[in-house]
Amino acid sequence: MIVAEIKPFEEIKNMIKNYQKVLIVGCGSCVTVCLTGGERQVELLASALRMARKIEGNDITVGELTIRRQCDPEFIEQIKDEAAQYDVILSMACGAGVQGIAERFKDIPVLPAMNTMFLGVSDGQGTWVEVCAACGDCILWKTGGICPVARCAKGLVNGPCGGSQGGLCEVSKDVPCAWQLIYARLVRLNLQHFLKDISQQKKQPVRPRRLVREDLRLKKEPTKGV
Amino acid sequence: MGFREALYSGKFLITAEIGPVKGTEIDVLLEDAELIKGKVDAINVTDLQSSVMRLGSMAVCHLLKDHGIDPIFQLTCRDRNRLALQSDLLSAWVLGIRNVLALTGDHPTMGDHPEAMPVFDLDSVSLLRVICRLNEGFDMGGNQLKGAPDFFPGAVVNPGADTEAAFEMQIIKMEKKIEAGARFFQTQGIFDLDLFERFMKRVEGFKTPILGGIILLKSAGMARFMNKNVAGVFVPEPLIKAMEETKDKVKTSIEIAARLIKGMKDICQGIHIMAIGMEDKVPVIMEKAGLL
Repeated sequence: MIVAEIKPFEEIKNMIKNYQKVLIVGCGSCVTVCLTGGERQVELLASALRMARKIEGNDITVGELTIRRQCDPEFIEQIKDEAAQYDVILSMACGAGVQGIAERFKDIPVLPAMNTMFLGVSDGQGTWVEVCAACGDCILWKTGGICPVARCAKGLVNGPCGGSQGGLCEVSKDVPCAWQLIYARLVRLNLQHFLKDISQQKKQPVRPRRLVREDLRLKKEPTKGV
Repeated sequence: MGFREALYSGKFLITAEIGPVKGTEIDVLLEDAELIKGKVDAINVTDLQSSVMRLGSMAVCHLLKDHGIDPIFQLTCRDRNRLALQSDLLSAWVLGIRNVLALTGDHPTMGDHPEAMPVFDLDSVSLLRVICRLNEGFDMGGNQLKGAPDFFPGAVVNPGADTEAAFEMQIIKMEKKIEAGARFFQTQGIFDLDLFERFMKRVEGFKTPILGGIILLKSAGMARFMNKNVAGVFVPEPLIKAMEETKDKVKTSIEIAARLIKGMKDICQGIHIMAIGMEDKVPVIMEKAGLL
């Protein structure tokens, strides 16, 4: 999932300081799963903003909505009538969601309430870890299902640097050396021969990337009777 | 005799290391180099070691060359993408630099600009391949060069990697580096000769010369700091105690280094002395180790 965290409250408050009618839009996908931008968080943020502005003697109208996915035009379309009644939209989605909404409602400022962090998984109660760099050229088949591009601080594809201590990465005592994890997994799977292959350097993707699936695009009806 | 010739002559190799200053003050650096000149086969110049911004390796290598010393240009993958790495290699060649040590490089968070972008476009293995490709007259994109270098490439290995996985991966990566073109290795600082001998036995079949690393101890505190913070360095307790109890730290440090060097003479093909600010002591260490 895409893992995001909510911005500091003061930053959000400052972003909307010049607006009187704010629509907070949550997202029912990744950020709901990582407990930062779903229905419950929309409710909490709305209350906090109302209270803070009330204390300042500058009352605010806050609307609350959560849609299934902010990265999908089909779901964004559903809030068009509601959105038209507000000065600003505060999106509680990843950066893709914020931009999805901004693209649809070009006359309303759309602000991010979240900082989008990484593609990750939960590895414990209340903890998430980055595991995929979305590099576009997956090598997990030869690294025991553990990605060195995302999980090695240097993204090394030919084995570790000499910087680990006690199995931990030189950048942090909380981060395991990805290559030591890969070694252990490949030995366990009896696939250690992969460790000896020299890997090609990764090619840098040219941004922004785009995926076109011709098979899913609307095709023109073939001319009949020819 | 340059470093490459010395290596192929089969003599016991001696290299030292100089870390450029943070700034433009190069007098002390050149004085130290003059003191070591003629006593060592080459001097490594570090590339922003520990990710601390400072004077560059290429410029200092060039200065050493002008002073009649054969430099080993340390080149890390931390700060340059493949365009800059290849261009810097060509630049180094025209400035008279003949030996390159290909390294991954420390992560920027280790240094004094922790917010810097970590590049690592290539890794040490692919950098070695690129060096060999340039030697053949082509760049990484397969384009032909007008005039090719003829670098002598080397690499590093950390025999003190502290877990089974880390140690095995060091050996695997060492083989990859040889396959990619490394012609010699320099190691992290060695303080335990028994462990080092076991490592050397393990890599005997690789047939690539290895220069054992010697780090000069400054104090017991420094030794403890390295044990805790420097990957692959382990100073045994008796040596720490000797540094703690001595009245003359410099003398004891020199004795320890000389003893390690004597022990290495029969184990590996040379030594690499990392004096870390005590470069002026290199000649006396060599004398005590019976190398002069």
